[in-house]
Amino acid sequence: MNSIGEACNDLKKEYDACFNSWFSEHFLKGNTNDSMCAPLFRVYQQCVKKAMKDHKIDLQEVNNDILGTDKEKQPQTSS
Amino acid sequence: MPRFFSDTIIFNYNWDQVAQGFWKRYPNPNSKHVLSEDTLQREVRSGRLFTKRLLSKTNSTPKWAERFVTAKHVHIVEESIVDPKRRVLITYTRNLGYAKVMSVTEKVVYTESEEHPGKTVALRSAWIDSQVKGFSRAICAFGYERFKKKLQ
Repeated sequence: MNSIGEACNDLKKEYDACFNSWFSEHFLKGNTNDSMCAPLFRVYQQCVKKAMKDHKIDLQEVNNDILGTDKEKQPQTSS
Repeated sequence: MPRFFSDTIIFNYNWDQVAQGFWKRYPNPNSKHVLSEDTLQREVRSGRLFTKRLLSKTNSTPKWAERFVTAKHVHIVEESIVDPKRRVLITYTRNLGYAKVMSVTEKVVYTESEEHPGKTVALRSAWIDSQVKGFSRAICAFGYERFKKKLQ
């Protein structure tokens, strides 16, 4: 899958490949040390952050955490 | 008039397969409207993996709604938590921008099926809301139908 920034596609592919193998081979098997892909993640992030600025994405709204907080929407009866 | 939707789906894959597939679901032939996908935050806290991703999709706007929404693309924030010990994956997605016109929020909880070993249960909830005066009912109804149609 492509990145939002065309220039980030290769960095993203490398990082995704690393993450997917870490997730299957380490994390799901109980090893929670996530340093394996950290260097790839860092360079990929530098690229994406710039691309998000270029696309004028509201970073404040993105950074807002909802899941796992009391800001989550609650189930209700369908009307 | 906010609309709420929920359903349960059973996948013929075990939980590990579903959790691994979650990261690889794009691109696929049924989601040509998804244009990009990026991981923005990722960390392990107390043995659980927290991830935030940004997706961009094409936006199909009906003619009557063009006066509210002119954007051709919409951005989606997807938060997720993977708990490998309890074997739970939770995803929470919401649209960025235009949230006053129409906000679509979806939460899905994937767990191992107790009834059907080796299968995975997904409990999905969705909220569709709009704050456009005089149009919110129509917009919510449209959003609700479009959401249900996409599930088919």
